Amino acid sequence: MHITLNGQVTASAAPNLLDLIIEQGFTPDAIVAEVNFELIKRDRWQQHLLQDGDTVELLSFVGGG
Amino acid sequence: MTETMNAADDALLLGGVRFTNRLLTGTGKFASRDLIAPMLAASGSELITVALRRVDPKAGEQDILRYIPPSVRVLPNTSGARTAEEAVRIARLARAAGCGDFIKIEVITDNKYLLPDNAETLRATEILAKEGFIVLPYMFPDLTVSRQLHDAGAAAVMPLGSPIGSNRGLEMKAMIRRMIESSRLPVIVDAGIGKPSQAAEAMEIGADAVLVNTAIATSADPVMAGKAFGLAVQAGRLARLAQLAGEKEYAEASSPLTGFLRG
Repeated sequence: MHITLNGQVTASAAPNLLDLIIEQGFTPDAIVAEVNFELIKRDRWQQHLLQDGDTVELLSFVGGG
Repeated sequence: MTETMNAADDALLLGGVRFTNRLLTGTGKFASRDLIAPMLAASGSELITVALRRVDPKAGEQDILRYIPPSVRVLPNTSGARTAEEAVRIARLARAAGCGDFIKIEVITDNKYLLPDNAETLRATEILAKEGFIVLPYMFPDLTVSRQLHDAGAAAVMPLGSPIGSNRGLEMKAMIRRMIESSRLPVIVDAGIGKPSQAAEAMEIGADAVLVNTAIATSADPVMAGKAFGLAVQAGRLARLAQLAGEKEYAEASSPLTGFLRG
């Protein structure tokens, strides 16, 4: 399966969003996740199944003025 | 004494939230994030900005929110947005992520001077205020837009003093002064304040608060710089409340000139 993760086409075997976050080496507790431009709350990550062609954005709060 | 008593009751209200400190700070550009908490303590700042970005797991970045003490409110910004829709998307994500209702709208299409797009900023303000956000729009100082932002439901207006990160101070002073005179919203001077004297100047002309990030974060000692800016903002505010006398063309003696020397 291929998804677009933060703008990059990425191969993944993760069935759900939580597994993708771990598979790709992200730290789950610092992440804000969006799939196909829709925010997915943390408690829904495991239930949220991924499909080929999904667009996933994994964001985090960073320094800014 | 009167000034002190006034100052004791001198709260800043933003969207119904009370602040006793009038220096807003930012989390950008710190050499070490561990400096953020002591800077906040030294400056007294009660509201600090953060940004939302794509994560690079290889960069080993850590969530900036961990470095902000729970007593300090977080003001997410929409930096990176080039349209109202993008700003709205970032704002919704930030709130859903648990950052609260405050949002600093920043819509920028000009990469050289990083000047805000007032039209898109106004559109984003209209949308987000209706959704219950406490909207603080970063804007180019303009009296008409300031009024429109008020009508759109903004909680304050944040005119730039000079371009972001330029440390050039109040290049927009004349227009900011007119905004202060006419605005029904708190006026927070944001961007370009490079020295405590410039922060004090903004407060002396009647700004309700200032936001300082670069000047504090990029100094050799951000904790000391935070303290300096905190004191300057207090000094400027007290000077404003004290209603200083204006300038005069000629000298006016402070000591009696008549006396006994020449009979």
